[in-house]
Parts: sequence; C-alpha cells; structure tokens
Amino acid sequence: MSATDTPKRSMRTPLGRVRNLGAAHSGTSDFWRQRITGVAMTLLMIPVLVIIMMLLGRNQVGAAQILSSIPVAVILLLFIFASAWHMKIGMQVVIEDYVHNEKLKLVSVMLNNFFSVAVALASTYAILKLSSGV
Amino acid sequence: MQVYRWTLTMALSIVHRATGIALYVGTLLLVWWLVAAASGPAAYAHVQAFAGSIIGRLIVFGYTWALMHHMLSGIRHFVWDLGYGFKANEREALTWGALIGGIALTVLIWIIAYAIGGGR
Repeated sequence: MSATDTPKRSMRTPLGRVRNLGAAHSGTSDFWRQRITGVAMTLLMIPVLVIIMMLLGRNQVGAAQILSSIPVAVILLLFIFASAWHMKIGMQVVIEDYVHNEKLKLVSVMLNNFFSVAVALASTYAILKLSSGV
Repeated sequence: MQVYRWTLTMALSIVHRATGIALYVGTLLLVWWLVAAASGPAAYAHVQAFAGSIIGRLIVFGYTWALMHHMLSGIRHFVWDLGYGFKANEREALTWGALIGGIALTVLIWIIAYAIGGGR
C-alpha cells in the first residue's frame, strides 16, 4: 500500500520506492518467515511424533502428565508457534492468488489472521494450563 | 492453463497447496485435542471416542499423510529455493521422492502407532 501513498514530491526514485517490496508490498519478509517456520517444523517433526506416540492409548490423566512435562510442553509450544505462523502466511498466499475482489480479499486476510492467532492462543493456553497443573 | 500439458510437478504443486489447506483446517482437531486434555477426563474421552472411530481414524490417517507429504514437498521447494534440483531428471526425482516418501512415512508411522498399542 505504501507505494501509492507516497507524496508526488519525493527524493526517492520510483525504483527506490518499489525495490525489494514485490507484489505483496511488504518485501520478502513473509517469504523468509515461511521458510524459517517450515524448517523449524521439519526439525521438530520427530520429537513431536514421539510425543504423540507416547500419548496414544492413554487416558486424560496419563496424557496430562506427559503434556505437563517441561521438554514436552516446550517442544509443542515451539511447534504450535511455527505452525500458526506458517499456516497464516501460506493461507494468505492462497487468498492473494485466488481472491481478486479487494474487499473480499481484505476480509479473508483478516479472518485468516484471526483464525491463526486463535489456534495458536487456544493451544498455548491449553499447554500452559496443563503445565501449571491448575 | 488449458494449453499446458499436465506434468507431475504441476499436479504436485496443486497437491502441496491442497494438503496445506487441509492441514490448516485440521488444526481445529489439534486444538480440540489439546483443550480437551486441559479440560478434564470427560472432554478427553470425547476426543478419544472420535479419534478411535472409523471416521476419526480415516481423518487422522489423512492428516498424517497430508502432513508428511506437505513436509517432504516443502523440503523439495526448499531445495529449489537454494537453487538446486532444476534439471528435468532432478525435478522428477524430487517430486517422486515427495510422493512416495509421503506415503511410505505415513504407513510407517501408523505401523509404529499400532505396534505400540495405539490401536486399542
């Protein structure tokens, strides 16, 4: 958005205004974060699978005991944080590719942010609650 | 798009998106599971009853495949981002690797899960 908001009189050249910004007007930061979070989840995949295997077939008391241990909670929190960020960026790319009506696009991107943050916060809250043993 | 001859890499590019969207929606199940674990035995028993049902198992199996495929397919994209694997035979090998690897890992995970008693 910022490129169109720039006043007509400016010391910056047209090339300088758009350099590194690209179609999303926000540069390559999302592209880079998408890769970081993807690599993070790939590295965390084996520990996460081990945790899920440990939980299989256990009742709530057993599951709560495992989920409240510090390494398990930290691994899951890292995985959830990376997932929520990764899926927020990924869905935004899909929206920007297929939704061409500007208002609908705005609403979709906003809902995508709400959903991703809600998923992250609900999961984080659940893990912290289990960890604190309340 | 209609003028292009469909290739495996094109089809798998769509599958990468489709599995990404499925994983996005599927996080609701993960949230349900974690919140239920934090809520108490009754809520957790509901999740276990659902996950243990035929439909539940099919969904979780599909979710496992979507996750494994999306991860391997993502690694493939990462290799391309780093500037490698663009030759025709390398592209094909990476794509087949993601396809077969995703299925193989999914089956392997489920065999391990059943072996340690998760199928109860």
